[in-house]
Amino acid sequence: MDKFTGKIWVLGDDIDTDIIIPTEYLALKTVQDMAPYAFSPLRPELAGQLNAGDIIVAGKNFGCGSSREQAPEIIKALGIKCVIAKSFARIFFRNAINNGLLLIENEKLRDVVSEGDEITITINESIEHQGNQYPITSLPQNLVDIINAGGLVKAMQKLNNVENG
Amino acid sequence: MGMTIAEKIIAAAAGVESVKPGDIHTVELDRLMSNDGTTHLTIDMYNKLRKPRIADVSKLVWIMDHNVPCDSVKTAASHKKMRDFAKEHGIQFYEGAGVCHQVMMENHVTSGELIFGADSHTCAYGAVGAFGTGVGCTDYLYAMVTGKSWLLVPETLKFNLTGKLNDGVYARDLILSIIGMIGANGANYMAMEFGGEGLRTLNMSDRICICNLCVEAGAKTALMEVDEITLDYLKAHGREPKHNFKSDADAAFAKVYDIDLSTIKPIVAKPHFVDSVVDAKECVGTHIDEAFLGSCNNGRIEDLRVGARIIKGKKVHPLVRFLVVPASAEVYRQALAEGIIDTFMEAGAIVMNPNCSVCWGSCQGVIGENEVLISTGTRNFKGRAGHKDSFVYLASAATVTASAIKGEIATADRI
Amino acid sequence: MGFTIIEKIVRNNTGKEVHPGDIVTVNVDRVMIHDIFIPFVASKFEEMGFTKIWDADKAVLIYDHLVPASQVDDTRHFRIGNEFVEKYGMKNIHRSDGICHQLMTEAGYVKPGDVVFGTDSHTTTYGCVGAFSSGIGYTEMASILGTGTLWIRVPETIRVNITGKLPENVMAKDIILKLIGDLGADGATYKALEFAGDTVENMTVASRMSMSNMAIEAGAKCALFTPDEKTAEYCGITLTDKELDLAGDADAKYCKVINYRAEDFVPVMACPSNVDNVKPVSELAGKEIDQVFIGSCTNGRLEDLMAAAEILKGKHVAPFVKLIVTPASRKIYKEAAANGTMAVLAEAGAIITHPSCGLCCGRTGGILTDGETVIATNNRNFLGRMGTSKVNIYLASPKSAAACAIAGKIVNP
Repeated sequence: MDKFTGKIWVLGDDIDTDIIIPTEYLALKTVQDMAPYAFSPLRPELAGQLNAGDIIVAGKNFGCGSSREQAPEIIKALGIKCVIAKSFARIFFRNAINNGLLLIENEKLRDVVSEGDEITITINESIEHQGNQYPITSLPQNLVDIINAGGLVKAMQKLNNVENG
Repeated sequence: MGMTIAEKIIAAAAGVESVKPGDIHTVELDRLMSNDGTTHLTIDMYNKLRKPRIADVSKLVWIMDHNVPCDSVKTAASHKKMRDFAKEHGIQFYEGAGVCHQVMMENHVTSGELIFGADSHTCAYGAVGAFGTGVGCTDYLYAMVTGKSWLLVPETLKFNLTGKLNDGVYARDLILSIIGMIGANGANYMAMEFGGEGLRTLNMSDRICICNLCVEAGAKTALMEVDEITLDYLKAHGREPKHNFKSDADAAFAKVYDIDLSTIKPIVAKPHFVDSVVDAKECVGTHIDEAFLGSCNNGRIEDLRVGARIIKGKKVHPLVRFLVVPASAEVYRQALAEGIIDTFMEAGAIVMNPNCSVCWGSCQGVIGENEVLISTGTRNFKGRAGHKDSFVYLASAATVTASAIKGEIATADRI
Repeated sequence: MGFTIIEKIVRNNTGKEVHPGDIVTVNVDRVMIHDIFIPFVASKFEEMGFTKIWDADKAVLIYDHLVPASQVDDTRHFRIGNEFVEKYGMKNIHRSDGICHQLMTEAGYVKPGDVVFGTDSHTTTYGCVGAFSSGIGYTEMASILGTGTLWIRVPETIRVNITGKLPENVMAKDIILKLIGDLGADGATYKALEFAGDTVENMTVASRMSMSNMAIEAGAKCALFTPDEKTAEYCGITLTDKELDLAGDADAKYCKVINYRAEDFVPVMACPSNVDNVKPVSELAGKEIDQVFIGSCTNGRLEDLMAAAEILKGKHVAPFVKLIVTPASRKIYKEAAANGTMAVLAEAGAIITHPSCGLCCGRTGGILTDGETVIATNNRNFLGRMGTSKVNIYLASPKSAAACAIAGKIVNP
């Protein structure tokens, strides 16, 4: 999956973790149980509209707020291929990487796209939107290692010599 | 032919000389209590009326107690509806003051009154000789709009109390024993009247506890003879009796029970029925996950004192959640002043704000699948305290506290 | 070339000089897990193939978000937590003693210079005693439980100097809200905040805690205060030279330096629905309110309750307005009961709950509905945090909150 194309959903600045998944649903047993409530304070219909392979494009400080790891897990469970934002909050960033959810920081894209547009992403290279290219900066090596291992759980399984992890 | 207390109150409220069981009368109501369990439904119906009006707003008392503080967006909407309506119509309104029946006893109810409450445990008001009965929202709405309602005059079961409860035995053991004896439908449609020398040994807190639970035997209302203890209680709360009725010597009772209080033992009502009453000793050793000391039945200062005396210097079992919930803000302040709140906090209890708490089972201390609760609440129906597959045992404040310490059902004499 | 506090803590921890941007592996001194996430931590830990906790005494499990349980599946978290504690020999567990961040400092789990991670974003709190503490997700927590280590990127530091005497009725909460407003909700993302100046030196540890607690609302990785005698007394320790040295050097390199005069602060509120939407209370005065919440790991300490009680003494909460008070810990509750604060609050009509996260985490404790307005002393006013998305949440100091409760509308304390 070095290159993929997807339909985008556009969100604003400061999309906090309580918007991504309100606390009311945090004690549900599985991430699948929680997924229908994703983004419900802001756009209650959104979780039902997302399709596998879609991409979220947002403003600054995406994922700010709590440490709830359900936030990136749910986004992944909803089939979102990657989140592009002007910037990410740090706990969300770590949690997303640890769960193998691709995040891309880009200052410009959010201001030129419209919801429903298609964009094409070439990993570690660029984003293409309506003929324009936006470069992607590459991640630090230790994060690449976690992603390459398939997330932090898999990386730890390797450490502990767990078979068929 | 003489009349019982219930008959006399109905006759007075209906403006007639005498009534007899089976008669249906239109009665003037003295007070109408409603809480956040159902008031929003009443308001919805009220708003559908063609020309709605409240007959006499001074009779209405609305109390927020079931889900306080509010625990969900759904409840928040119902609460707002109730609060806004009360504000708009100038209805006497309480929030955070405690469980409705305790708030009513502390602030409103007096002897001889006829009161409808949109809550089954409204029969508690019989403790001061008032005819309190629980109604649904339709009946409540009719009474709210007209100031009146109709009542079928109930037959009366008389409980003639003698002797005195032994140390370590409480009013709660008594009423649960009575319910066990007559069964959960043993007083269906009837009034339960308490009198006799034994009644003089029971304080107002005991009396409220007894009357409150009579609905668990199906009773329409519960009534106690007015005596010095009643009058002192009313006086201390700044109220005069409206009537001071006693049953006539030749009043007709459906049945008379003589109960020697000294024969009552600590009991436990087992899941899932209030009348599944057994000697507490039979349940000793039963694992528990949670214990609850509180409710309109057993959350008064006297009950908290019983629990505090037992737990002082001891600790709640580490795997037990022990919820202590005073029945009213007045009780809380008194308990705070007496150091009782500190005793429970020191012991590791969870002390919540006055409200229905886990007795209502939807807001605080909800129990999970297969969990076991021992409670001073009013009911042990299946699912009452949380998960549909969970278990509730009812017992006295003493037994509940002792169990919280042991981590299993225990009697206070073994702690 | 000097160092900032965070650079010194990481250097002391790893044994080598570090600079912002370095990626290093730190040895973890303490971890905190709370009830909401324990099921996930437990399952990830086992899925990763670990069979023992690297050092069980360094792990603390605290039940606070779900106490008392308000939904039928909540107690499942307690059951899983109890099993985990039993299975892996953990001793440090609090089942109903209060909010995790309060307990971590109050019960002595955190010392100056420690490196601490918690499964809660407000773990930044422990910077109040000069510890590097930060929030992480449950997967990373599971990996720390197994390895005792975590990689971090050494953050740049924003230095905040505050000097002078605070006006009356201005509390530490007003300072941190003002700072977040000035920095923006992402103004300190990936960075450390470092507080200095005589105003913070004169502050109680409790006040410092309100500030370090909320640093995450500007995106900060941590927020640090230099340990001093107050810290030593609070922690019940004598400070070592190494701990006393946890101050930013005069020639340390900061990515930004912000200077405030204490006299310039006024009571402020964070307006709906962003923590950085900060305005002076005077500009908001007159807005009708429905509820006031005094509590949380930000502002549920004894000094907060006492500040509120001072304003509420002899007065009563406005009709149809609820005042909900949730102390941050059992110890605080007991102290407030002993010194008469609880009696004052109860007389004023407060609804006093057991110490827990309560309304701040939005599962129970005073949920609101469309069109309602709440003045709250906690740390977040996000959309939908305390009920529907049409609830207006204003964040304020305990003094401001108490004054509003009496007036039934927003007023300057």
